[in-house]
Amino acid sequence: MNAETRADWRDQIFDVLQAHDIRQVYHVPDAGHSRLIEHCQRSNSIRTVPLTTEEEGIALAAGAWLGGQRSVLLMQSSGVGNTINLMGLTKTLRFPFLTLITMRGDWGEFNSWQYPMGQGTPKVLEAMGVLLYSVDKADDVKATVDAAARAAFNGGQAVAVLLRQKLIGIKDFGKK
Amino acid sequence: MNKATLQRRPLVKKILEGANENLLVIAGLGSSNWDITEAGDRPLNMPLWGAMGAPVGMGLGLAMAQPAKRVLVITGDGDMLMSLGSLATVATQQLENLAIVVLDNEKFGETGNQATHTSPRNNGPTDSGAGTDLALIAKGCGIADASVVRDAGEVPQLVNDVRFKKGPVFRVVKVMVEKLEFVMPPQDGAHLKDRFRQALLGHP
Repeated sequence: MNAETRADWRDQIFDVLQAHDIRQVYHVPDAGHSRLIEHCQRSNSIRTVPLTTEEEGIALAAGAWLGGQRSVLLMQSSGVGNTINLMGLTKTLRFPFLTLITMRGDWGEFNSWQYPMGQGTPKVLEAMGVLLYSVDKADDVKATVDAAARAAFNGGQAVAVLLRQKLIGIKDFGKK
Repeated sequence: MNKATLQRRPLVKKILEGANENLLVIAGLGSSNWDITEAGDRPLNMPLWGAMGAPVGMGLGLAMAQPAKRVLVITGDGDMLMSLGSLATVATQQLENLAIVVLDNEKFGETGNQATHTSPRNNGPTDSGAGTDLALIAKGCGIADASVVRDAGEVPQLVNDVRFKKGPVFRVVKVMVEKLEFVMPPQDGAHLKDRFRQALLGHP
């Protein structure tokens, strides 16, 4: 598959991660990210690590950076709350950090239990000093993730890309 | 009730003896931080002043990035209890260059020596734990080489295992409760990170 001809935004994210030399990818199981995770698992240049809880991803990212590698944490908005305490590490160590977050409790969500953390996600990330990029159109995904990666790894920032539920789709959950 | 006879400071000094550019050390907040610093502050030490629960994950990320170096995580029982799941995550990668040492005094030292879950059960109204066996947990998570060290006679083997044996290696060392002097490394996290990367990679 040629990178220039990829139409699906999830495939485009994988291309952007490769272009930015991301070598470690951390994730929890996630329907929204599943196709991207499988791309990463099949890649020879990326080490893919399943986590038991999202906060492990912050510690792993810090360790990777200490060792000279770039990483990305893939999670759902429902896991963002788990990361908040350790998110402080991005400030105290001042290391580049990139996370791609699939949103729940956001756009036509059917599950009321997803709303509190989904609606709180931008606020708590901002409270911890994380830069927010938000995308709800498939055509904007590639450029947004690319800009976020530049802000993180060139600009030294902690950056989160919110992949809005409007983009991911309400009916497609559980399907690839 | 803590019947441990090993003292953490001389033990850590032995573990880190002859540390060179091939040994990357991460220490958990509090006592473990002061321990590795008393053994000799060095750029390839990453002593944490906070981030409880992070050392094992940090060691894993570092060990994946630097497969030719030995990565040694030294932390306490309280810190390890906060991130038990990370042992399962470590087990998914089976890295040969990663070793974890838990200095288990069965106390939360930084907050006034309250009993941790590794303290025995039925140990009085304020000092009872659950008798939690961290080595058994590590083994159950999938780290096959996990054990507990209690006696001075086992220390030379312990030192060799955590420095050189094919990982992942997980050791719980039962240590005494002691009141020790704080020996502090630099506190600024960005400085600690930059000096580590400078020494390892040649740039911050």
